[in-house]
Amino acid sequence: MNKKPNEPVIKDETSDEKAGGDTPGQGKNRGMNRRAFLGTVATIGGVTLVGTHGAAHAAEDFPGYPNSYGLLTDLTLCVGCRSCEAACNKENSLPKPNTPFDDVSVFNEKRRPDAHAYTVVNRYENPKDKNVPVYRKIQCNHCKEPACASACPIHAYNKTPEGAVRYNVDLCFGCRYCMTACPFYVPAFDYASALEPKIVKCTMCYDTRVKNGKITACAEACPAGAITFGKRDELIKIARHRIEKNPDKYIDHIYGEHEAGGTNWIYISGVPFEQLGFSQNVPNKPPIELTKGFLSSVPLVFTIWPALFGMCYAAVRHQDEICDEKIASQKKKEEGK
Amino acid sequence: MSDDTIAKQEKFQSWFMDKLLMGMSWPEYFRSLMTPFNIICAIILSIGLPLIALRFFYGLAFVTDASNDYPWGLFLGWGLFSGVPLSATGFVMATAYYIFGFKRYHSLVRLGVLTGFLGYLFAVIYLLTDLGRPWRIYYPMGVSFGTASVLFLVAWHVATYLTVQLIEFSPAILEWLKSHRVRRWAMTITIGMTIAGIILSTLHQSALGAMYLLAPGKLHPLWYSSYLPVFFLSSSIYAALAMVIVVSTLAAKFMRDKADHTFLSTLDSLTVGLGKGAAVGIYVYFILKLIGVTHDDHWDLLNTPYGRWFLVEIFGFVLLPGLILSIGAKTMRAGIVRVGAFLAVFGIIVNRINVSIIALNWQLPNHLHHIIPVWKEAMVVFTIFTLHVLIFRWILNRMPVLREHPDYRESH
Repeated sequence: MNKKPNEPVIKDETSDEKAGGDTPGQGKNRGMNRRAFLGTVATIGGVTLVGTHGAAHAAEDFPGYPNSYGLLTDLTLCVGCRSCEAACNKENSLPKPNTPFDDVSVFNEKRRPDAHAYTVVNRYENPKDKNVPVYRKIQCNHCKEPACASACPIHAYNKTPEGAVRYNVDLCFGCRYCMTACPFYVPAFDYASALEPKIVKCTMCYDTRVKNGKITACAEACPAGAITFGKRDELIKIARHRIEKNPDKYIDHIYGEHEAGGTNWIYISGVPFEQLGFSQNVPNKPPIELTKGFLSSVPLVFTIWPALFGMCYAAVRHQDEICDEKIASQKKKEEGK
Repeated sequence: MSDDTIAKQEKFQSWFMDKLLMGMSWPEYFRSLMTPFNIICAIILSIGLPLIALRFFYGLAFVTDASNDYPWGLFLGWGLFSGVPLSATGFVMATAYYIFGFKRYHSLVRLGVLTGFLGYLFAVIYLLTDLGRPWRIYYPMGVSFGTASVLFLVAWHVATYLTVQLIEFSPAILEWLKSHRVRRWAMTITIGMTIAGIILSTLHQSALGAMYLLAPGKLHPLWYSSYLPVFFLSSSIYAALAMVIVVSTLAAKFMRDKADHTFLSTLDSLTVGLGKGAAVGIYVYFILKLIGVTHDDHWDLLNTPYGRWFLVEIFGFVLLPGLILSIGAKTMRAGIVRVGAFLAVFGIIVNRINVSIIALNWQLPNHLHHIIPVWKEAMVVFTIFTLHVLIFRWILNRMPVLREHPDYRESH
């Protein structure tokens, strides 16, 4: 399903890819709506009781939304100024942090996005040059086929055609399976809230900016040009182009091109990603593929089991009847004598 | 007050004393409650219940050390992931008795169904304790459907199966309440309910394993396997048989006066029979686990710290109880079978805690430090467990579970 070859970008191929990507994507979009509708009807009607239709949901390859947006973080350019953190905090009206955004002491420990921050920047030692540390920005990677959405039993997550993975607080009951499922340890939960706890994660500024044709606050705020906003397909090309132009500066890997089936937020780096705390052992296929086989067995169990175990019951009853008949005829014989 | 109301009131009073106070008056009943066991339970509850209440004022952070990297702790690791397989007792005993015709096990079927019903009920209670907004528990059933989610399946199945088990256990409740007509109706749908129980149990027992299929990078490769659903289902079957042995042993020891002669006199031989079944179940599961390691070719990982813990699990907590059960069954000694059964039940808990807590996030720094629960979390678990035991005892004291109701002796 992932057709992007590891060859230099050629112009012709670009248009091919776009043309090829459009049709199946749209077809899938329509298909999913229809299926979601049927699935809902089936559940309400109590036809299947359970997610027998869940399997159908995932029954075909989803190449990702064509023309969706994404972001490219170039870790070689990031200077660790935390402007993106400050911009994100302001854009989303998050509470002011205890340590101000120009305080570099936060780099003494490794942080992660939490209930009060959609994004954080961490500092790592640069094995190439001890004097120039590497900074890494962390936030939701907005997977093409997000594990969180596959995990959520209430459909509180959705992937917009623009690329953002959104979370709907009005549906969530706080089971936190999305957090267990996320391969990148992104969703956070505000455990301190007694009555209105919710999942907190980057929204790709969907409601305030991207929907209206603007770029994300962090990308706008970055003074070093380390965050590029654009069409995901274009960003992959830009990333590959930079790696090719500077093979000594970059390692030859675009993190997020294939990880977890591909993410809309991608990264290039001069230091191997495993040294920067990036999740390793993330399979290249979308996580939903891993549960597809199991979910497709559900309708089989619903149909085969009653027949199989009904037959066992009938067989045992049959044995009992034969036994009873034997006893009855024996009694008759004895009485006859 | 008219004579009629007085008569009604008296009737209610005698019903109340008969049913709820077990034929005692209030003072007598209170005096009977003053036992060391009950006093310990009261102390546990008086610490634990306020903790649970305070969670609704100060958030989950007050009672758990669950965090953004570790969203789930003991509430689910113990209450849901360990509690559900150990509650497969209802489906396994009902299937053996009603479908496969193991009629000798009649005196243990109701105990199995009750263990299952209460196990699921309390699994839901643990879940409610853990949910961020438990009052939205019905959302997957009526508000929005995450049909591609394994947890959606689990939610529907646990809810449905809880109802099925209540219906399966209802004859005991109805006999206790002397409701003959409804009881007859409940009995006619037994076979249907049993088969529904098999379908639902097959799927949600395995689904609990399938939930972790989504997290291949997080769960240690020795525990992560595409066979996880099969492992969880297969182990739940022997877990159920071992659990029936454990529960019946405890019931025969502590609730002896509530059991009838049939229950007590056949228990040893039935225990040996169950032990034989559990041993077979264990060997099947053990072989499946070996196939799992072979399939993923993880032999090299066995000689790592996690690998050694994995070996302890499958030899010490799977194969060893299997061998003990086999020896007990071979020599027809119920005592040995019981030792094996207790170890097997403990082994199930070890496995589920391994998957949901110990082997999950194993790559995070200071992992083993993070998974030690805070005292409040352990206390809440302990409290809910105490409630579980007390309600179990309440029912055994009143309803015909360990004994047959004299009115219905010939009706099965």
